[in-house]
Amino acid sequence: MAEPIIKMTGVSKWYGTFQALTDINFSVNQGDKIVVCGPSGSGKSTMIRTLNWLEAHQVGKIEVNGVELHAKMKNIDQVRMDVGMVFQHFNLFPHMTVLENLMAAPMWVRKVNRSDAEKTARTFLERVRIPEQADKYPGQLSGGQQQRVAIARSLCMNPKVMLFDEPTSALDPEMVSEVLETMIHLAREGMTMVCVTHEMGFAKAVADRVVFMDAGQIVEENDPHSFFDNPQHMRTQEFLSQILQH
Amino acid sequence: MLYADTVESETLVHKPSFVVGMLLIFTALFTLFDLTESLFGHLMRPVIGEPSEAGFLGSLSVGFLVGLLLTINVVAIGFVRFRIQVLIVWAELFILFMAFFYGFDLNFEFIRSKIWFMVSQGLVTTLYVSALSITLAAMVAIVGAVAKLSSNGFAYAIASFYTSFFRGLPLLMQVYLIYLGLPQLGYVIDAIPAGILALTLCYGAYMTEIFRAGIQSIPKGQWEASRSLGFGFGLTMKRIILPQAFPLIIPPTGNQFIAMLKDSSLVSIIGVWELMFLARTLGSKDYRHLEMLVTAALIYWAMSICLELIQSKIERHFRTKSH
Ligand SMILES: Nc1ncnc2c1ncn2[C@@H]1O[C@H](COP(=O)(O)OP(=O)(O)OP(=O)(O)O)[C@@H](O)[C@H]1O
Ligand SMILES: [Mg+2]
Repeated sequence: MAEPIIKMTGVSKWYGTFQALTDINFSVNQGDKIVVCGPSGSGKSTMIRTLNWLEAHQVGKIEVNGVELHAKMKNIDQVRMDVGMVFQHFNLFPHMTVLENLMAAPMWVRKVNRSDAEKTARTFLERVRIPEQADKYPGQLSGGQQQRVAIARSLCMNPKVMLFDEPTSALDPEMVSEVLETMIHLAREGMTMVCVTHEMGFAKAVADRVVFMDAGQIVEENDPHSFFDNPQHMRTQEFLSQILQH
Repeated sequence: MLYADTVESETLVHKPSFVVGMLLIFTALFTLFDLTESLFGHLMRPVIGEPSEAGFLGSLSVGFLVGLLLTINVVAIGFVRFRIQVLIVWAELFILFMAFFYGFDLNFEFIRSKIWFMVSQGLVTTLYVSALSITLAAMVAIVGAVAKLSSNGFAYAIASFYTSFFRGLPLLMQVYLIYLGLPQLGYVIDAIPAGILALTLCYGAYMTEIFRAGIQSIPKGQWEASRSLGFGFGLTMKRIILPQAFPLIIPPTGNQFIAMLKDSSLVSIIGVWELMFLARTLGSKDYRHLEMLVTAALIYWAMSICLELIQSKIERHFRTKSH
């Protein structure tokens, strides 16, 4: 069996004296689609952000693409190139057009020449179905369009795995579906994905596994069918009954 | 512009109460100044008789005439478009200002004989000393700002010591320290390099703070997005953070440049032949101080106006780019 793309072993993390992650064991194989959910403040963002080391962990081991992440490493940028990340608030570069946003990292990080970068960028804009917005600035787009640009921006780097941290929770309801559609499409194409989201429809449609976190720990991890129909833990049941009410 | 209201309010200067109030205040003011001896007094001769013997009624009627003219002027300006208003008010204030200088009874022949030298020598020196200093100061400021924001204790300590020292001492003292102090250490330094060095270090310290604030105001999400795409620290700074910080940095930097233009007059004390130096030396030889000072003042002002225009052009460029 091939090595997992992401492997966390016994990972703990503290913010000062507050322990945000406790003994996390978790791995992601090539092609896996994993949904992470849990109540607010349970450490979902913290966990997903340690995977490309936007947050540092203190105890345990995190390996991404076979490279261990730690404070003394020299090639963190090399690791991050292959790990796409999509944020709740898009974080597009407001001083660049949509096309420039997509071309920036391939050109300056991967050193792809301009015309190839532009070709790739236009292909991915086509894929997220907003080719006509190429020359606009992010501030001129709707939230849903901005998030699709953000997804395309990550895809332009041809990542091995994509991380999503609540990509739809800053969006108006009518824009959620257009972003989810893009993500489902991406999943069907075989992209390896880790998604923090409360969109249970998405989880049922594409997830191989659902991870439930509470108070910095992974409480339950299961395939979506068992997870939704037959949750094992009290806290999972409570959480599910809460979010499924709406 | 501030947030523009969609509903038009009544023009203030057309409100009857405001117009009457204005007329009363102007009349009172000019009556108090007693303009009977002025040009207006002489024009009013048919009404008030011999100006010098006109008494209170005379000065009241001249005051009323001048007040009325001014009020009509203000009301009339209220009718035209914004741009024209700005132009007219600027022109009128400028004429008043020139009339004030004219009242000094200056010798224009003398000014004409010296002005070319002042421009070709003084203005050029002032401009190039300032331009070079502000460019170097901007480079110092970028390094200083990054150092002040870094978690490296050495970098932070050196940068904060630097900004503290050079913001804490009067510029004049820094000029002396560099020009007279360095030779003590065995480095003889010419007046112009000494001046440029002093201005660079002093303004670099102020601009370090401007740049630091500009860099800090860029949201953390921009760093995270950039770093997560594989941009290193330097690349993020150069491509993502600084380009966004620039529009915020430009207004206060323009301000600093204008201030420097005039602070560069301080280097005249070590004998740099810039505007202020020439204004003093050329004037004192022929006991024509005021002529040279007024000329230099107007040249400084003209330069500042040019800079203001350039600055607003750059600001507009950035504004149209991101909206
Ligand atoms: N920079 C920080 N400094 C200190 N504490 C933090 C920091 N970031 C997060 N925390 C704490 O860590 C805990 C986990 O935060 P995290 O953002 O991972 O939660 P989350 O599961 O993503 O919640 P949400 O669903 O609201 O996004 C929270 O209790 C939070 O207060
Ligand atoms: Mg979160």
